[in-house]
Amino acid sequence: MATAVSIAPEREHYLNKEYGIRSWLLTTDHKRIALLYLVSITFFFFIGGFFALLIRLELLTPAGDLVQADTYNKLFTMHGVIMVFFFLIPAVPAVLGNFLVPLMIGARDLAFPKINLLSWYCYIAGGILVLHAMLTGGLDTGWTFYTPFSTAFSNTAVVEAGLGIFINGFSSILTGLNFIVTIHRMRAPGLTWSRLPLFLWSHYATSVIMLLGTPVIAITLVLVVLERAFHLGIFDPTRGGDPLLFQHLFWFYSHPAVYIMILPSMGVVSEIVTCFSRKRIFGYYFVAMASIGIAVIGFFVWAHHMFVAGMSLYAALIFSILSYLVAVPSAIKVFNWTATLYKGSVSFSTPMLYVFGFIGLFTMGGLTGLFLAALGIDVHVTDTYFVVAHFHYIMVGGTVMGYLGGMHYWWPKISGRLYPEAWGRLAALIVFLGFNLTFFPQFILGYLGMPRRYWQYPPEFQVLNVLSTAGSTILAVGYLLPMVYFLWSMRYGELADDNPWDAAGLEWKTSSPPPTFNFDETPVVTWEAYNYDELPTPQEVHVEQ
Amino acid sequence: MSNSPAPLVLEHTPGLQHHFADMEQQRNASSLGMWIFLGTEIMFFGGMFLAYLVYRMWYFNEFAAGSRTLNLLVGAVNTAVLICSSLTVALSVRAAQLGKRTLLVTLLALTILFGLVFLGVKAYEWDEKFTEHHVPGYSFHFQPESPEKPVDQGHAQIFFSLYFAMTGMHALHMIIGVGIFSVITWMAWRGRFTPEYHTPVEIAGLYWHFVDIVWIYLFPLLYLIDRRPHG
Repeated sequence: MATAVSIAPEREHYLNKEYGIRSWLLTTDHKRIALLYLVSITFFFFIGGFFALLIRLELLTPAGDLVQADTYNKLFTMHGVIMVFFFLIPAVPAVLGNFLVPLMIGARDLAFPKINLLSWYCYIAGGILVLHAMLTGGLDTGWTFYTPFSTAFSNTAVVEAGLGIFINGFSSILTGLNFIVTIHRMRAPGLTWSRLPLFLWSHYATSVIMLLGTPVIAITLVLVVLERAFHLGIFDPTRGGDPLLFQHLFWFYSHPAVYIMILPSMGVVSEIVTCFSRKRIFGYYFVAMASIGIAVIGFFVWAHHMFVAGMSLYAALIFSILSYLVAVPSAIKVFNWTATLYKGSVSFSTPMLYVFGFIGLFTMGGLTGLFLAALGIDVHVTDTYFVVAHFHYIMVGGTVMGYLGGMHYWWPKISGRLYPEAWGRLAALIVFLGFNLTFFPQFILGYLGMPRRYWQYPPEFQVLNVLSTAGSTILAVGYLLPMVYFLWSMRYGELADDNPWDAAGLEWKTSSPPPTFNFDETPVVTWEAYNYDELPTPQEVHVEQ
Repeated sequence: MSNSPAPLVLEHTPGLQHHFADMEQQRNASSLGMWIFLGTEIMFFGGMFLAYLVYRMWYFNEFAAGSRTLNLLVGAVNTAVLICSSLTVALSVRAAQLGKRTLLVTLLALTILFGLVFLGVKAYEWDEKFTEHHVPGYSFHFQPESPEKPVDQGHAQIFFSLYFAMTGMHALHMIIGVGIFSVITWMAWRGRFTPEYHTPVEIAGLYWHFVDIVWIYLFPLLYLIDRRPHG
C-alpha cells in the first residue's frame, strides 16, 4: 500500500480538478453529486437524530416532564419525516449509488448528468421547505399524515411540509430514472446482465420501486394539500370521503418505501461479503432475482398496515399471506450470504463487521415482521413499541448498517484515503451494542402493551425505557465516531492505492480517487462478477510486492 | 426513427454529449428515459383515477347528476382541439426528420397555439363553476335537476373535488407542455435540429401525446357519465 504515495499528489482526479463553490454547486459529475448528497443527508441525519434523542430523554421518566404533549407529537413527527424522506430513502442510492453505478458498469457518467444535479436541488428545495415548516409551527401529524387529522384538525404547517415532501419525491424519481436508463443503455462492452454486480441488481430493483411508488405518494400528498388549502373533499368523511382511501394510497408507496431503504443496503452487503470471504457469491441468480422478487411482491403487501383500520377479513387474510411471501426472497438473500461465508477466507475488517451486524439485525427485524403479518398477533401489538422496534431493526439495523458498511468499504475510492481501521472496528462495535440496547427493550415494552406516540407511560415500564434511552446515547457516540474519523482521514489518513481490499469489480480498476471521466479508456469485461477464485489473495499480493 | 447508419463519424456531431459513445446510444437513452417518466406519470394520475373509481361506484347518482351539469359542447370542442394538437406534434416530428425547418417551426407554433386555446377554454369552464357555486367549499350548492331525485351535497362535492383535482393536474401538465414546446420551438427556430439530431422534438412529442391521452380518458369519465335524456 505504501507504493501509492509517490505518484498520488500530482495526478488529476475528480476532487482536485476544479476548486471553488461553483465547481461543486454546478457540477454534473456523478461523483461530486454523490458527495453533495453525502453532506446534505448527513446534515439531515443529525437533525433527525437530535429529535430522536429528545424523544428518548422525554421517555426517561414516566411523567411527561421534559416537553409537553403537543411538543412531543411534533418531535416524533419531525424525527420520522426527516429520517424517512430525507435520510433513509436517499441514503444508499443517492450517495453510494450515484458514486458507484457508473463506475461499476464502466461508464463515464450517468445517462442524464444534468437531471442528476436537478435531483439534488429537488432534495434541497424539499428539505428547506420541511425545515422551514418545522421552525415555524412544526408538524404534528406523524410522518404518516393520516386524514382527517392532517386535513381538518392539525394546526401545524401541513401544507408546507407536504409540498416539501412532494418536491423531494422528484429527487427519488429522477435518481431512479437515471439508474434504470444507465444500467440499460450504458454498460461497458462484455458486461452482460448475468455479469452485473449484485449492487446494481439491487439498485435496479430499488429504482423500479421509486418510479412506480413515489408518484402515488406525490398525488396523495397533493390531494391532502388541496383539501387543506382549497377545501376539496376527497378524504373528508363529513362529505362522504373515505380516510381509508388515503391510507391505502399512502401505504401503497410507504410500504414499498421500506424496500427502497433496504434493497440498496442488501446490494452493499453482497459486495462486501464476497470481498471479505474471498469467494464468489453463493447463488448469484437467486440473490439477483430475490431483489426483483422483493420489488414486485413488495407492491402487494401494503394493507398489512391497516389490519385494525376496518378492512374486510378476506382482504386482510390475502394481505397477510402476501406479507409472508415477501419474506421468502429476503430469507434467500440471508441464507446465500451465510453460505458465501462457508469455507471462505473470512476477515473481520470494519465493513465486514457492519455486514455481520446487518445480517443479524435484519434477520431479527424480518422475523418480527412475520409476527406483525400474522393477523392475531398484529391485533395485540398494533401501534405499540413492538412495531417501533420492528421497523427500527429493519430501517436502522438494516439500512444504516449497510450504509455505514458501504461508506467504509468505498471510502478509499471516494476520498483516496484510508480510514483508521482500529477506530472503525470500535465504532462498528459501539453501533451494534448501542443499537440493540436501544431497540431490543422496545420489543418487550410493546409486547407488554406500551403504545407508541405517547409522551408519558405507567411507571412499571420505566426500567426498559431507561435501558432504551441509555442505548440511544451509546448509539449516538457510535454514529459520531465515523463522522469524526472520516473527516480526519481526508487530511491525515494514509493514502489509499487503487484497490486496497484487492476486490473484484470495475470500480476498483480505476484510480483512487477516480478521474473525472472515471476510466482512461472504456473497460472491456471478460469475467463473471466476484471472480475471487481467479484473483490473488491479499497475502499473495503482499509477497509479490 | 431516422435510420442513420454510421455511429463512427460522430466524434464531432453537435449535440453528442461526452459521456455517450455515439448518437444512437444517446437517442436510445433519452427515449427510454422519457418512456419511464411517462410510466411514473401513469402512477401519478392513477391515484386520482382510483379515487374516481371508488367514489363513482359509491355515489353514482351524484356523479351522474354532477356530470350532466358540465358543459358538453365546450368539453367536446376542447377534446377536438387537443386531438388537432397531437396531429401537429406528430407532423412536427416528421418535419424534423426531414429537416424542413420552416415547416417544423410552423407546426410547433401551431401546437402551442392549440395548447393555449385548450387552457383558455378550460379557464372559461372553471369560471362557470364559480358562478354556479359548484366549487367545493363553504359556498358550494348543488341544485338537482328535478326535486324527486334528491342529491347529497357532500357526495356532489366529492364529484366536483375530483373534477377540479383531475382537470387541474391535467391543466398543470398542459402548462408545462406549452413551456417545453416554447423552448423546442426556439431551438428549432435557431436551426438546432437536423435529420441526425432531433431527439428533443421526439421526446417532447411523447410527453405531449401522453398529456393528450390523459384528457382522452378524462373527457368521457367526467363529461359522459350519464347523458341519457331524463324526464
